[in-house]
Amino acid sequence: MNLRVEERGEAMLIEVGEERLDAHNSSDLKSQMLNLFEENRTNLLVDLKEVRFVDSSGLGALVSGFKNASARNGNLKLCGLQPQVKSMFELTRLHRVFEIFPGVDEALASF
Amino acid sequence: MKRIEVDIRVPNQTRYLSLIGKIGEDVARTLRSYRGDREELAYHINLVLTEAMTNAIHHANEGDPEKEVHITIAIINDCLSIKVYDEGQGFDVSALDPVKGSEIPEHGRGVYIIRSLMDRVCYRRLEEGHVLEMEKNLT
Repeated sequence: MNLRVEERGEAMLIEVGEERLDAHNSSDLKSQMLNLFEENRTNLLVDLKEVRFVDSSGLGALVSGFKNASARNGNLKLCGLQPQVKSMFELTRLHRVFEIFPGVDEALASF
Repeated sequence: MKRIEVDIRVPNQTRYLSLIGKIGEDVARTLRSYRGDREELAYHINLVLTEAMTNAIHHANEGDPEKEVHITIAIINDCLSIKVYDEGQGFDVSALDPVKGSEIPEHGRGVYIIRSLMDRVCYRRLEEGHVLEMEKNLT
């Protein structure tokens, strides 16, 4: 899976460079987030601007990251959601769980 | 509306999810007389196929790469019918509602998504394996 990880001030930015975040690749994202938690990086921003399609496994990986970050007094926030990806968060009511920002800069400023 | 039927068999591996999802999207885009949002329908078909296949691969066929998933997509008389056949012991299709309760589950949204987007969902036992049958009215 194409993931770009970069330190950006208070947070680690993870850019998901895939068109699909699904049952085939979401475990890679989950593992990457766990690696960051083990390095005590607990504030994560996941940029989904290149993701056109997300399924329940992709959502599950993000929920897992969110719960792990929260358990470590950190946070996992999202940005760059395409309309149909955003509609998935609304269908499953996860838009009430995550803090979702239009772009990276607004999201980073919130940490 | 024209009659369309697609019949595909793929190995029991998640690497084929995007291929099948893409075929579902392309089928939706051929429905020129569909009055709703065709791109939204395409996305929903992709999603339902992905969720149903994932359940078949991981839960019913228990990840066995020697097994196969058989998918049919048909549009007959303004009704979209998707069937996903597995060769395994089956899985629980009672949709857990991830919206209710204070706990935020990591898993269990797949069947909920299928039931939210399709009008009729049925999981039946066959002689060898099971079939998940899903229908959506296109009118």
